[in-house]
Amino acid sequence: MSELTLAKPRAPRRPAARRSNSELYSWLFMRISGVALVVLVLGHLFIMNILDGGVHRINFGFVAGRWASPFWQMWDLAMLWLAQIHGGNGLRTVINDYARKDATRFWLKVLLYVSMVLIIALGSYVIFTFDPNITD
Amino acid sequence: MAGTTAPERAGTSKGGGTLYRGDLGMWSWVAHRITGVLTFFFLFAHVLDTALVRVSPDAYDKVIETYKNPIVNLFEVGLVGAVLYHALNGIRVMLVDFWEKGARYQKQMLWAVLGVWVLVMIPGTYYMMVRTVTDLLGGGH
Repeated sequence: MSELTLAKPRAPRRPAARRSNSELYSWLFMRISGVALVVLVLGHLFIMNILDGGVHRINFGFVAGRWASPFWQMWDLAMLWLAQIHGGNGLRTVINDYARKDATRFWLKVLLYVSMVLIIALGSYVIFTFDPNITD
Repeated sequence: MAGTTAPERAGTSKGGGTLYRGDLGMWSWVAHRITGVLTFFFLFAHVLDTALVRVSPDAYDKVIETYKNPIVNLFEVGLVGAVLYHALNGIRVMLVDFWEKGARYQKQMLWAVLGVWVLVMIPGTYYMMVRTVTDLLGGGH
């Protein structure tokens, strides 16, 4: 254990905090990504679930038709990244609030970060390498 | 505790602030957390099922086919309701943070959130369920 230097409780001036601003950036990111996600996700839900009979018309051909357009590819890619990071950051806060032991908190976050990387990587791979003529 | 004393203490708690804990605003925060966590878990499954388009059209179509039934249709309505609440309340949170009068009108904005939610969910539920209900009652194809 290394020596930890702490200021005395009534020391006139405490040493400058060495904390980073990461929680501020996290708070700001939630709001900026939130605005984008309101448009991206509500638009996605409206098109997929409400227009033209919703899920009943969705099949491989429907996906192929949409991803033929770079616009919808970028829409889905942006939504994937922002939703994963926004949701992952939200879950990080929830874990921090409710995990009681350090070990529990640590392992839940490892699980969270692994799942985020997995989903972002898999989703991006699928969007970029989608092949409408894949053999059945 | 705060919950039982909220009515007479609202607006007069120490420090001159208004009481949030135990009040309606607290429940809007609880609902925001729950809908957020549920949506995150759904997203995990949703990216995995969509990734099947990279396996084969048949694998994807088979899984999507299992979604076209009344029970999953109800979950769909629940998901849209959860995401819509999270989006509307998220806008309210941003207004509380960035609009100078946001904190003062947080309660009115919560009623607006719930009002808009109901107004959107009524036609939304109709369009999401109409095909399923017609199939169930029609009995045909």
